[in-house]
Amino acid sequence: MALLKRIKDIFTLKQEDKPREPISSTALLLTITISAFVVMYVLAMIIWGGGFLNIQQFLDIFNNNAYLIVISCGLTVVMIAAGIDISVGGTVALITMSCVVFLDSRGGSIAGSMILALGIGLAIGIIQGFLVSYLNIQPFIVTLAGMFFTRGMTTIVSSAPHTATNEAFLALKNFSIIVPGIGSYGKSGNFIPARIEPGVLIALVIVLAVWAILKWTRFGRNLYAVGGNSESALMLGINVKRTRFFSYILCGLFSGIAGYVYLLHTGAGNASNASQAEMQAIASSIIGGTLLTGGVGSVIGTLFGVMSLKTINNIVIASGLREPYWQSITTGLMLCFFILLQSVILALRKKSGVRNGENWRKHKIWNFLTSQRNSE
Amino acid sequence: MVNSLKKLTQSQLAMPLFALFLVVIFNLFRDVGFFSISVITNNYGNTVLSGNIISILNGASELAILAIAMTLVTSVTKGQDISVGALAAIAGSIFVKVLRANEITMPVILMSLLAAVVVAILFALFTGTLVSKFNIQPMIASLILFTAGRPIAYWINGGATPNVESPLLNYIGSFIPGIPIPTPILIIIVFGILVTLALRFTNLGLYIQSVGINERAARLNGINPVFMKLLVFMILGVCVTIAGSINVCRIGLINHETILLDIEMDAILAVAIGGNALSGGKFKLAGSVIGAYIIQALTITLYAMQVSSTAVKAYKAIVIIALVVIGSPVIQEWALKLRDRLFKKPKKNNGEKLIWHY
Repeated sequence: MALLKRIKDIFTLKQEDKPREPISSTALLLTITISAFVVMYVLAMIIWGGGFLNIQQFLDIFNNNAYLIVISCGLTVVMIAAGIDISVGGTVALITMSCVVFLDSRGGSIAGSMILALGIGLAIGIIQGFLVSYLNIQPFIVTLAGMFFTRGMTTIVSSAPHTATNEAFLALKNFSIIVPGIGSYGKSGNFIPARIEPGVLIALVIVLAVWAILKWTRFGRNLYAVGGNSESALMLGINVKRTRFFSYILCGLFSGIAGYVYLLHTGAGNASNASQAEMQAIASSIIGGTLLTGGVGSVIGTLFGVMSLKTINNIVIASGLREPYWQSITTGLMLCFFILLQSVILALRKKSGVRNGENWRKHKIWNFLTSQRNSE
Repeated sequence: MVNSLKKLTQSQLAMPLFALFLVVIFNLFRDVGFFSISVITNNYGNTVLSGNIISILNGASELAILAIAMTLVTSVTKGQDISVGALAAIAGSIFVKVLRANEITMPVILMSLLAAVVVAILFALFTGTLVSKFNIQPMIASLILFTAGRPIAYWINGGATPNVESPLLNYIGSFIPGIPIPTPILIIIVFGILVTLALRFTNLGLYIQSVGINERAARLNGINPVFMKLLVFMILGVCVTIAGSINVCRIGLINHETILLDIEMDAILAVAIGGNALSGGKFKLAGSVIGAYIIQALTITLYAMQVSSTAVKAYKAIVIIALVVIGSPVIQEWALKLRDRLFKKPKKNNGEKLIWHY
């Protein structure tokens, strides 16, 4: 409702009597991301139609990328606290491989493999978090070593690709949830109900959980404070080290869950699983409005970031550029666009706080858009 | 003697030299034959040196050059460029494309190098502009080319993995007849001397460091931070081209997916092992170069221990973590305290400290 009111204000040029509280950077970047995604998808529906009107294709974005959503959530948490974790892709690969090998061994069970997945993720999160927060080692180096370690360990566990044959697991893998009420009509006119995989539900639950943590818990607020300015956070009495430590543990736990979600989707362990996932997750977070400098970000934006990233890939394919390299190039272009947009917006915001005669027009428009009504 | 020793342990190079020393000692205990250098005659009839040390020095050439570039970028921008591997792929593609369009002679090789340098500088300036003008963190700005760089290289070459064959390229990639040392090592030495001279006889190093330490103060002193950053990214473009071309000459073909894969990570690692802060500011190029050789020595050692090429990463990670943990200020402080407790008289106010703790 607040958004509607805001839009109405913009269109009716209504001046308010008292100055409204300025919109926060997080909310502003989130709004941009969501509107960009909606515009992009609607345009795709109008121009290419076909697949984009198919509800199943929309849900397949989730089905194929549930794991990416989960690790992006973890990365968002770490990035809000001004850290970085590039080991998540390797962790996912290590977990898929270990779980498949465990499931196919004698005495392999689903519960055991889940515990294994969570255990590996947690262990990596704890080690990295300890090194980063308590030993003050640069996060990039620690997680880089983490990436090397997990990728290397994956091939040590098994150098050949491995497909799960455990029957109970296969039953779980092939299980999918029918979404009641929506679906599409096949070529012969029969109704095909839309399906989503259980991994998607897990991913969405995690998105909601992280959203709640960031919004309502003390830990969530501490994350923003530590990322925004760790020194003032320390002076406010926030335990900076512990907050960072927990952010990495959370990220590790999420990569554990993501590993299992990935396994549920593909059912195979492979050394090249989730390759480049860390960079995709970082890109999703950035598109979703999280700043690598920390202190700004929202997990809902990250969700839309993943969706935007994958939708643009679908658009590239739909527009006839089928060579795989076009996807990477457009992803790069999109990243460039969002990075520039954020940079310009944040710079303008910074400037608009200062009175500066020569840029008054820009400021007026800017103040109007963001409701930053200075006492004019 | 004691004074100079103290100076050495406090210098920035203490850490990388100690790490190199550890790797050497480990190899001495493992297998003395690791260090043997033999003179053999290779397939082209040249008398050349061969051995693990030579292959370490030779194999680390690209990494050393990129480590130099990465150190400068780290120093001036307080961040890292993760697109150097992709940029090297682009530069290599241009190099190969021009070579294949002509008959390979020495002037053509120089021309194609020039073309590659120009293109690489343009791409590096793209990242540089984002970093300097738009104040975007280098890692994020270079994430764009990290994602799109290798596909662009693929697109330049029109898809295939084209190969180039010429004895002239072999001279660059392996040996010049009559000289028993691999040419990449010679290139590194020449390049290193040039960079050292440039830093010693110009204010380049000073300006770069001052921008990295405090940009505002640098600007007030008349240094243009934007120009310095762009200049460093141009140097990065040159370094990337040299690394990419050496690699192309070495293998004789370009594969956009595998050329210098993951080298950006190794280069950043070399900078960190070399004792340079990844948060920018002061730098020591020698440290980064030593760091590059440490990484290569580690890799060759692991290969010599029959570790499979895919599993090398895991062991490398353990060694890296061990090195950075030893080098971390927290651990060093703790070790000093431990030494005081063990070898010096207990302080008199020990009791007070205890009370303070409770």
